[in-house]
Amino acid sequence: MSALVKSSLARKWVMALSGLFLVVFLTQHFVINITSVIAPDTFNEWSHFMGYNPLVQYALQPVLIAGIIIHFVMGIVLEIQNNKARPIKYKSSPGNANASWVSRNMIITGLVVLAFMGLHMYDFWVHEMAYKYVEVNPEDPTRYYEETVEKFAPIWRVVLYVIAFVLLAMHLWHGFNSSFQSMGAKSVNKGEGLKKFTKVWSILIPAGFIFIALFHHLNHTN
Amino acid sequence: MKLTLKIWRQENTNAKGKMVTYQLDGVDGDMSFLEMMDILNEDLNNKGEEPVEFDHDCREGICGACSMVINGQPHGPQKLTTTCQLHMRKFKDGDTITIEPWRAAAFPVIKDLMVDRSAFDRIQQAGGYISVNTSGNTQDANAIPVEKENADEAFYSATCIGCGACVAACKNASAMLFTSAKISQYALLPQGQVEATTRVENMVRQMDLEGFGNCTNTGACMVECPKGIKLENIARMNREYLKAETIG
Repeated sequence: MSALVKSSLARKWVMALSGLFLVVFLTQHFVINITSVIAPDTFNEWSHFMGYNPLVQYALQPVLIAGIIIHFVMGIVLEIQNNKARPIKYKSSPGNANASWVSRNMIITGLVVLAFMGLHMYDFWVHEMAYKYVEVNPEDPTRYYEETVEKFAPIWRVVLYVIAFVLLAMHLWHGFNSSFQSMGAKSVNKGEGLKKFTKVWSILIPAGFIFIALFHHLNHTN
Repeated sequence: MKLTLKIWRQENTNAKGKMVTYQLDGVDGDMSFLEMMDILNEDLNNKGEEPVEFDHDCREGICGACSMVINGQPHGPQKLTTTCQLHMRKFKDGDTITIEPWRAAAFPVIKDLMVDRSAFDRIQQAGGYISVNTSGNTQDANAIPVEKENADEAFYSATCIGCGACVAACKNASAMLFTSAKISQYALLPQGQVEATTRVENMVRQMDLEGFGNCTNTGACMVECPKGIKLENIARMNREYLKAETIG
């Protein structure tokens, strides 16, 4: 087992598993967020549950933060190792002749998403922590919808959301499907079903988040 | 055909290399890329200049010796083709062609376009074999039934010629396509099962020790492989390794 932990294949599994975990998280995040468009009361109810349920707050939230840190730290470690493996670069580049731009630049799309997550954490998580633990406000299960709509009022924030989610879609376009290859799944190459599912998901979920941001911005403006 | 060639020249492993530009006239479309290089070297010899060092052997696409990155692509622009089988008709009169060695820390340049690929030999030696007693009573290969699908897959994996184009093409200089092909050709056959666990452990360990990069599944290796070795081999290696490290 010690060899497993140190091997390059283990690093692939860590990236794949943490990535798949984040995919699951993103899906549940989207399911909750979309209720803000179709049923604000449900959005308030679910958001309150996520914000105050001890299992979510003290078990799932630390796991989520660990998953995010592991994925990004390992991604940066791999990038450094990979750069060392080719100290002298080629003078000529084949462009997209043998691999897509997205697959070759996961570090760029990943770092932009990381930067966006910094803003996102400041916007929602830090605000939430301050509300609960610094200002010590009472529980208010009705505040979430209004707060969310208010956040999307400035156009600059919506533009940043759109850019971040387009880049997230690009990151997922390669990463989601790739994680199954890293895990050694047979169907990635033999069956097209899983591949098609990952590609469709990679577009639909980020597009859904963009829709929510635009919906609340336009709703607020009108 | 008249060409401008930009070629990487490097005196030895420790020397600093640079791109040098040459003009070459009289290139025929029916020449192979290596024959074009031969003509360049004849010209350089006649001028009293040092010819360009490059690896070559069989010149019929099976030995894996020829190794050049041509305009950014290992073995040039034609798919499923080694440099020696690439013909100059793929280029146009007046073209500028950039020629570089395989670039990877694990493949140090020996001179000019020639690199040291003994890292591949060491990976192969770490486990890319089966131990068979051949002292007079060797079992007939056909005595062990093998499923047709597995036999075909093992054969395709075994067509890897170890040229290193996968490493050269990969943005991370990863050797996982080569290593996985060599693991797969045995993993798919009953003869390979006896040493399956130690084989995948030892070959992956050696691959890591050589300083190759990590695979990020871009698929460039498969696209540039002159033998069309599939990415599926890497997925199989990942499964074999996990099995070896957990179940044993």
